[in-house]
Amino acid sequence: MNDKTAIEAHNLTVSYNRRPVLWNVDFELPAGQVIGIIGPNGSGKTTLLKAIMDLVKKSSGYVKLFEQDLEEVRERISYVPQRESVDWDFPASVMDVVLMGRYRKNKLLKRLSKADRDLAAEALEKVNMLEYSNRQISQLSGGQQQRVFIARSLAQGADLYIMDEPFVGVDAATEEAIMLLMQEMKKEGKTVVVVHHDLQTAKLYFDWIVLLNTRLVASGPKDQIFNEALLQEAYGGKLNVLSKVGELIKEKDFPVREK
Amino acid sequence: MKETLEFFSFSDPNVRFVVLGTMILGATAAMVGSFAFLRKRALVGDAIAHAILPGVCLSFMVSGDKNPIALIIGAVISGWLSLMVIDGISRTTKLKSDAAIGIVLSVFFGFGILLLTSIQNSGNAAQSGLDNFLFGKAASLTQDDILIFSGIGLVLIVLVLLFYKEFKLISFNPDYAKVIGLPVKFLEFLLATITVLSVAVGIQAVGVVLMAALLITPASGARFWTNKLSYMILIATVFGALSGLMGSYVSYVAPAMPTGPWVVMCLSLLTISSIWFAPKRGMFARFKQHRDNKKKILQENILKLFYHLGEANQDFEAGRSFATLKASRELSESELDRGLKLLKQQNYLRKMTDLWYITQAGLEASKRVIKLHRLWEMYLNQRLKLEPDHVHNDAEAIEHIITPEIEQQLERELDFPVKDPHQSTIPYQES
Ligand SMILES: Nc1ncnc2c1ncn2[C@@H]1O[C@H](COP(=O)(O)OP(=O)(O)O)[C@@H](O)[C@H]1O
Ligand SMILES: [Mg+2]
Repeated sequence: MNDKTAIEAHNLTVSYNRRPVLWNVDFELPAGQVIGIIGPNGSGKTTLLKAIMDLVKKSSGYVKLFEQDLEEVRERISYVPQRESVDWDFPASVMDVVLMGRYRKNKLLKRLSKADRDLAAEALEKVNMLEYSNRQISQLSGGQQQRVFIARSLAQGADLYIMDEPFVGVDAATEEAIMLLMQEMKKEGKTVVVVHHDLQTAKLYFDWIVLLNTRLVASGPKDQIFNEALLQEAYGGKLNVLSKVGELIKEKDFPVREK
Repeated sequence: MKETLEFFSFSDPNVRFVVLGTMILGATAAMVGSFAFLRKRALVGDAIAHAILPGVCLSFMVSGDKNPIALIIGAVISGWLSLMVIDGISRTTKLKSDAAIGIVLSVFFGFGILLLTSIQNSGNAAQSGLDNFLFGKAASLTQDDILIFSGIGLVLIVLVLLFYKEFKLISFNPDYAKVIGLPVKFLEFLLATITVLSVAVGIQAVGVVLMAALLITPASGARFWTNKLSYMILIATVFGALSGLMGSYVSYVAPAMPTGPWVVMCLSLLTISSIWFAPKRGMFARFKQHRDNKKKILQENILKLFYHLGEANQDFEAGRSFATLKASRELSESELDRGLKLLKQQNYLRKMTDLWYITQAGLEASKRVIKLHRLWEMYLNQRLKLEPDHVHNDAEAIEHIITPEIEQQLERELDFPVKDPHQSTIPYQES
């Protein structure tokens, strides 16, 4: 557990249909910190995480996790995909999804144990979702869905957590809960890497910041990054009411215009 | 009636074979197809069904007779090959997967027809009946067929039970399955093989064209009834088996009727009824929701009307004639009439000597709608920076849906504004 470097990307290039969307990205991220990966839409953040998790092919370069290959440290890594990457209308309950964090290769053909269920419940407790265990995932709000994904990841009991846009489409309460949780995890010696696209809050949330725009713009402790004349765009605050109303419209099948 | 009794006594061994055969096929196809449905691979079943034909023909040409096991092996190999090709095409070219499916389906099937024609022209006496793979032969299933079907069906059920949780995960979130180190390639291979197998046997009941229906329709109907995967698969399986029974029955009592198509007809019937009548997700439940929404909108609009009229001449207590109300808002006479009656029932309005009066309760309710409208306009104006003349239409709709919880949040976020963007006063309820 004394690894100093959580993630090392070396000369990483990833292309889709030959078009590079990550270009020679090279960085080392320290362990035991809360790290934000920040960049505009389409800048390759998701692709970077997928390359780290070996979900897309690297055109060149390599990634080391705790100075080893992914295959050797898989048990210590947990990944939270973008919320929109799955169909939430899938017939499953909250507990079903969180239990997926307990599936293992060596548990093929076996049933999950009581211990697995306890760990899943514990993870749900940490994100304040235990009372929703039996709720269908299609009936959750965006923020609750995100918490379920995080709980699934917590249930894995890893050392490094890699989360893709956990703050997108969530209400203020969830955002704060997730942020506090990340601080909590840091205290326990975990490393948390989070894709984020709001510079304003980035400064509050993260110890270390990676700025990405197809290529690596900067990577370093947050003070250093924010001192280097990186002008912040004034995004307004979060539009919580708007997203809630959107959810209601969907749930109730309400017309957006009267006629 | 006599035929019905005859049929359900199952004393005729032929009936037994047909019923058992179609039920097993229907049930296994439905169970396996549930995963194809959840993985949004509805078309893949169709492709496999068509792609199986060349395999069947080739294995007949090689073995020289219609040994069912040999034919199934041939079918599985070519069905499976078609999946690999589809996968390869969509991975290595820019073609979307539906295009890849279309290509593979037609090429394999075309080749199969070619082989079938050449076999039929070859004069091999054993070949008659090979075209059962095209149209199915449910009515002439034999004891041997049943044995093979139940054997394969059993294997499929056991495999699905064994890998149930992993199949669930790769259907929901395959990337996550990969990341936690599950052998996703193997699991996908297994699921593909199971699907091909169930198609290879199912096709003998209903034929190539209807096979995809046997895979996908039960799950899509079952989905309306439950939110639980295990129940969904169970219901789908029951649908599959039930339609096997119903289809065989229809073709028994009406002898000129083919069994396979009737199985699919019954299945469609079950699914269509699910789409209509299932609670919550069904169309009727949704219609009711829509109607309730509309009713709410109508009533609240009329309440608003009273408020606006009252606001205009600072007299909320005055009576309004039907004509005045009709003139002030775009409502048809019948709508207005209906809305007024509904509001009267709830004691929001009173009617005296042809004039309508708003009650205290009605006034409070109208204030709330007006307030929500104006608050929402404020919200759009302040937080989304929309121009004041662009916010009205949106608020017209949203005012009806805002819950008390959101209402409070709006009030707090905007800090109880007094005027809306058009400088009208925002009324707050007294309490
Ligand atoms: N599967 C894919 N095939 C082709 N192009 C893709 C694919 N996924 C992402 N891209 C492209 O790669 C770029 C980076 O995408 P992504 O990593 O999702 O960005 P971000 O997460 O920063 O918004 C975008 O231009 C996107 O259009
Ligand atoms: Mg992304």
